[in-house]
Amino acid sequence: MNEKVVEMTCVVCPIGCDLKVTLDENGKFLSVTGNKCPKGAIYAKEEVTDPKRILPTSVKVIGGELPLVSVRTEKPIPKRLIFDAMKVIKSIHVNAPVKRGQVIIRNILNTKVNVIATRTVKENRKSP
Amino acid sequence: MKKLSYDVVILGGGAAGMGAIKGVLSQNASVLLIEREPSTGGVLNQCIHNGFGLQVFKKELTGPEYHEMYLETVEPFDAMYETTVLDVNFENSVLKAINAAGIYEIKYGALVLTTGARERPFEALRIPGSRPSGIFTAGLAQHFVNLENHLPGRRAVIIGSGDIGLIMARRLTLEGVEVEGVYEIMPYQGGLTRNVVQCLKDFNIPLHLSTSVVKIHGRERLEGVTVANFSDGNPVSGTERFVKCDTLVASVGLIPENDLVDKNIETSNDGGAVVDELMRTSVDNVFAAGNNVCIHDLVDFVTIEGETAGKNAARVAKGQKIPKREGFFKKGKGIRVLSVHYTTATVPFKMYVRVEHPMNMAMLKMNDTKLKVVLNAKPSEMIEIMLDPTKYNLKGEIVISATEVKK
Ligand SMILES: Cc1cc2nc3c(=O)[nH]c(=O)nc-3n(C[C@H](O)[C@H](O)[C@H](O)COP(=O)(O)OP(=O)(O)OC[C@H]3O[C@@H](n4cnc5c(N)ncnc54)[C@H](O)[C@@H]3O)c2cc1C
Ligand code: SF4
Repeated sequence: MNEKVVEMTCVVCPIGCDLKVTLDENGKFLSVTGNKCPKGAIYAKEEVTDPKRILPTSVKVIGGELPLVSVRTEKPIPKRLIFDAMKVIKSIHVNAPVKRGQVIIRNILNTKVNVIATRTVKENRKSP
Repeated sequence: MKKLSYDVVILGGGAAGMGAIKGVLSQNASVLLIEREPSTGGVLNQCIHNGFGLQVFKKELTGPEYHEMYLETVEPFDAMYETTVLDVNFENSVLKAINAAGIYEIKYGALVLTTGARERPFEALRIPGSRPSGIFTAGLAQHFVNLENHLPGRRAVIIGSGDIGLIMARRLTLEGVEVEGVYEIMPYQGGLTRNVVQCLKDFNIPLHLSTSVVKIHGRERLEGVTVANFSDGNPVSGTERFVKCDTLVASVGLIPENDLVDKNIETSNDGGAVVDELMRTSVDNVFAAGNNVCIHDLVDFVTIEGETAGKNAARVAKGQKIPKREGFFKKGKGIRVLSVHYTTATVPFKMYVRVEHPMNMAMLKMNDTKLKVVLNAKPSEMIEIMLDPTKYNLKGEIVISATEVKK
């Protein structure tokens, strides 16, 4: 059998375990070593099939004490959709006040993943 | 001048300062936070990326989420925002602070320093050429993009592969700025591998090791830079090439912020406040925690340090005796950074070290005692060492070293 071993770094958390992933001759996932927790195994499997990432960015706020509210996808979304997702996120704005955890975009690009606010932005009382 | 008095005064309300507030309140002591910005959070406010909180909250959060969620666990406290400390009188335990409402004289039983770190300025690199607009430190660029909604330019070169530079490479790319490449003078990366993967490789941004900028071009606005290969810190002649860009982002390190106090408390040669495991400085009623002690990779450890500092500061403010220093740690071979520097040898604690250069397999030793083996040790990744006074002799001078070992 022509098994192949690829090395990668788990990016699920800042510990950044060095993983060794074994694939079969068709590039299908067989096994992984080097992960300090089970999340690393899920990551390795996805990374060789359809890699996913959390997308953190920001959205314009109208009438807030800050011009932007930071947001992120609640769960990782496929890496290949990141720039399309950015386009959607950049095309919208929200009105203050914004609460942390508030859903800003539901089911972005049919991924079943919501984009949520990661901070609170209060209303700007000074200007209307 | 208004006069105030508190058991503990905390200087700086980032992750370490918030931890310190919680630590003080756990001892039923009174606390005042002094912060120069309009709110708590410090650098967390602009770190909108994920990667925070796995130890403290057991989930992966962004900086702003970590900030708000941690603050929700802290009881109400007194704070003065947009306030600057003018000076600290360590002998009388009094400090002077100023804000729009006036000048204050504040008496403290104990002081906690949690002022974080500042960025090493671009000028520290001493690169010849003009000084057009378009040159930013990475943290400043991050502030512009993430908090003020301004883009620094259209085509950027990043100098230095520290974490802030790597994170900004991704952030700028997502915002539509073309990131031409990251140039690192050392033969190895400056930031975490996870950031090289998810910030550069994910977006096909090249990382040029042993390469740096040797000249700046442009009159009013930056027009480009000359880069060259480096060997042992010197440019290799004949390898120069021109790179067109209108933006240069420098991510060349953080310096512990101790300007206000470094004439009065002991600091190490990297600028960090020297403390023992109770987070006490060389002045008995002054404590310190966070990036002003040693530059941390993970906010969770900053918070924990802050909590320790606050708790012990409150004990001292209330007149409790805390044990004196017994052991002193020195950097030995292969160690670039080490913290804490002293121990009372009474409680188990964590020591943080960074190795001098990458090692495939590093053996960490305390004098002649083997502590642990670390695979793939890199200066960019802080190593934790648990030290337990019931297991090791932690009195007197102790040399910590790291050496490459064969398998
Ligand atoms: C770009 C970047 C990315 C990071 N990414 C991660 C990550 O993915 N995961 C992770 O876990 N950690 C990460 N970290 C590390 C972690 O976030 C920091 O180490 C931590 O937040 C630092 O907290 P601090 O309280 O020591 O300092 P700061 O957050 O810098 O707080 C210091 C505070 O003191 C105030 N201050 C300073 N001087 C004075 C003064 N004289 N008077 C009054 N107030 C003053 C400042 O305004 C500030 O609010 C990152 C750090 C940076 C810089
Ligand atoms: S394997 Fe687990 S511990 Fe290691 S980096 Fe991935 S998530 Fe973190």
